[in-house]
Amino acid sequence: MSFMRKVGVGLGAVAGVVVPVVVLVLLPWWMLPALAVLVAAWMAFTRVGQQAWSVTRVGLATILQRLGSSLVVVIGIAGVVGVLVALLAMAEGFKATLRQSGTDDTAIVIRAGALTELNSVLDHDTATLVSQAPQVLKNATGAPIASAELVLVASLPKKSTGADANVEIRGIGERAWDLRPQTRIIAGRRFNAGLRELIVGKGARAQFTGLDVGSTLKLNGQLWTVVGEFDSGDANNSDLWADTAVVGSTYRRGSSTTSITVKLTDAAAFDAFKAGLASDRRLQIDTFTTRDYYNRQSENLSNVITVLGTTVGIIMALGAVFGALNTMYAAVATRTREIATLRAIGFRGTPVVVSVMLETVLLAILGGGTGALIAWAIFDNYTASTLGANFSQVVFNFKVSPQLLLKGLKWALAIGVIGGLFPAMRAARMPVTSGLREL
Amino acid sequence: MKYLPLVLAALFRRKTRTLLTLLSVLAAFLLFGLLDSVRSAFAQVGSTVVGVDRLITVSKVSFTLSLPKSLLERIEATPGVAAVSYANWFGGVYQDPKNFFANEAVAENFFDLYPEWKLPAQQRQAFHDTRTGAVVGESLAREFNWKLGDKIPLQATIFPQKGGANTWTFDLVGIFHVADEKLKGNEQILFFNWKYFDEARAFGNGNIGWYVTKVANRDQANQVAQAVDRLSANSEHETKTQSEQAFAASFVSQFADIGLIVGAIMGAVFFTLVLLTGNTMAQAVRERVPELAVLKTIGFSNRSVLGLVLSEAVIMLLIGSAAGLLIAGVVVGGVRAKMGEGIPMLPIRGAIWSRGLVIAVLIGLLVGVLPALRGMRLRIVDALAGR
Repeated sequence: MSFMRKVGVGLGAVAGVVVPVVVLVLLPWWMLPALAVLVAAWMAFTRVGQQAWSVTRVGLATILQRLGSSLVVVIGIAGVVGVLVALLAMAEGFKATLRQSGTDDTAIVIRAGALTELNSVLDHDTATLVSQAPQVLKNATGAPIASAELVLVASLPKKSTGADANVEIRGIGERAWDLRPQTRIIAGRRFNAGLRELIVGKGARAQFTGLDVGSTLKLNGQLWTVVGEFDSGDANNSDLWADTAVVGSTYRRGSSTTSITVKLTDAAAFDAFKAGLASDRRLQIDTFTTRDYYNRQSENLSNVITVLGTTVGIIMALGAVFGALNTMYAAVATRTREIATLRAIGFRGTPVVVSVMLETVLLAILGGGTGALIAWAIFDNYTASTLGANFSQVVFNFKVSPQLLLKGLKWALAIGVIGGLFPAMRAARMPVTSGLREL
Repeated sequence: MKYLPLVLAALFRRKTRTLLTLLSVLAAFLLFGLLDSVRSAFAQVGSTVVGVDRLITVSKVSFTLSLPKSLLERIEATPGVAAVSYANWFGGVYQDPKNFFANEAVAENFFDLYPEWKLPAQQRQAFHDTRTGAVVGESLAREFNWKLGDKIPLQATIFPQKGGANTWTFDLVGIFHVADEKLKGNEQILFFNWKYFDEARAFGNGNIGWYVTKVANRDQANQVAQAVDRLSANSEHETKTQSEQAFAASFVSQFADIGLIVGAIMGAVFFTLVLLTGNTMAQAVRERVPELAVLKTIGFSNRSVLGLVLSEAVIMLLIGSAAGLLIAGVVVGGVRAKMGEGIPMLPIRGAIWSRGLVIAVLIGLLVGVLPALRGMRLRIVDALAGR
């Protein structure tokens, strides 16, 4: 009998852990405040609820006496949530930077099989044929909005380490500005076609030395002048832009380019555009919408970081759960006599369970909130860079979104529920007589 | 040592508490093991002993640009140079871009410069004799289940063939093996013949990606590197020559500051751990004040009470960290067996173990010291009276 009972309690406890955690993870955000309101209503309007509230109040009032061990729960959970949110913010930021770089109504054409612009080579005829496709939007003067671009890599010293790192140099055509309307010059001016003039992306300027407006730099043995700085708010911020023809002659690429980006008449025209180019036997090319092209580049890295972040988060969460259990067991132990007294004068088990759980959950929310806020304060818009698809540095900002903060809070709640449940059960199942005798 | 049973008895006085604390120590050191395995894998790229006598010469502008072949004879003629070879990045894709591995076209004598890559003489000869031959590292062959004689098609990303074909098919004629555990990552490469590459590619013919130079005397590596760079100074193709490790290290550092990220995570983990175990130890001593007073009454000196409490903390950390590192070792072993030995995770051996245990002892002392001092300073009369 007692064995069966133990098994039953054990199974119940496991279900008590698994079910709320799964529910929490799947819960939409508005359910959390709704749940809180529900619990508050229960406490205000039912008899058991009122009992639970009074027991909880006693528990909360004694928290200050147990400040050290309660802080362990708060800080432990803050650590978990902080690290989790920071790592996921990194993945999110990288993904967002590349996602913003593309749209559905611009298309990029590179050589068949090349995968990235750096690997690609297109000759002049291909560039002309692509820009003359009927789905390409024309501007007021009737010229197609297309930009034949030449992507190359140079190595420059980084500000942070002083060591050389790769920076992307992108030769652009005159219509490139119409293709990327979000790009603004924030210092200096645009480069003049035909001259060895560069403009630098905001991110590149921040990461590399010697890219201030007015400075000169030597690329492949020739002197270039930095005449402006631009901000596009996306992956292009990591680039140096110049005139395609001049870049081509500096690097002896003749009239070849690496990619052509075109503006389509509308997003729906992409399929026809792609099919039209594919059926032209003079062309050996791959066609992507720029959205698709840039999204693909972020996939690998953001997946790796997400897996890393979640793994680290889970292991840290386990540690925090054990810490919370420890603290709450100790809390229950110091309140043994008080709880036994409550039971003796007629309080049921439920209010006791609820009060211990509630106390842990409140500590967890405090910890989770602190951790998420710290991560937000330090890492929101924190600038970092990594090696991107074109073998050059992609500068991106960490992005601590509200969804991420919520995710962190959910993790905190899950840790709190697990960490509170077992001590709560011990408190409720304690024999009243031996509890009263406890010193 | 004779007090060990006493310390253990104290530890297991409250089994639940000790167990829970041990488990959180375990979680922290499991994480430490995994992260340090990744960190050391990245850190050792630039510090392996092998390769100090090899220099890599790439274009100064960017290593993605190629160099003229005319440099070969001039580098060979540079004093202090023992042998020169060259190679080119191919960047081919096997079936799916997700199956990434390095593939390079290499000159005939390339393997002479890399004696740590063991290729049976017969297979070496076959590589020489087969125009479309390729050799791969053992772990890469295992990953894709390749056997000698297999045909391996790669989709070119940079170099289509003359006539526009994009698929290069290679015959697997050799499998090389790297004995040193730390250099296993080198087994994740496919090499094929320069001649085939240079004759068949549509453009860039005659150009070279990078030169590898073996210096006669490793103490002169710097002078030789400078001499090689002087060959092309002020030409259209200036070069940058550095030791193989320096080249690899600068490449890795471009991905991210792994050390910084890992360091920050570990900082957060250990900070939490110190608080948590410190709290446990304080609790444990608080509960045992009368017991400690009894110990003192029967003649334990202040110092031995201090020692008892400190060793209790240290032993708890040591048990927890050892268990955590053991589990980390199993996990890393499993991941390496499943994902191939090329992934950046070093097996958990001596260095990581000793770093972990030293940290465990330090944390143990740190969290033990306050409760231990408290135990030491107890006044017997007050403690026995429960004041």
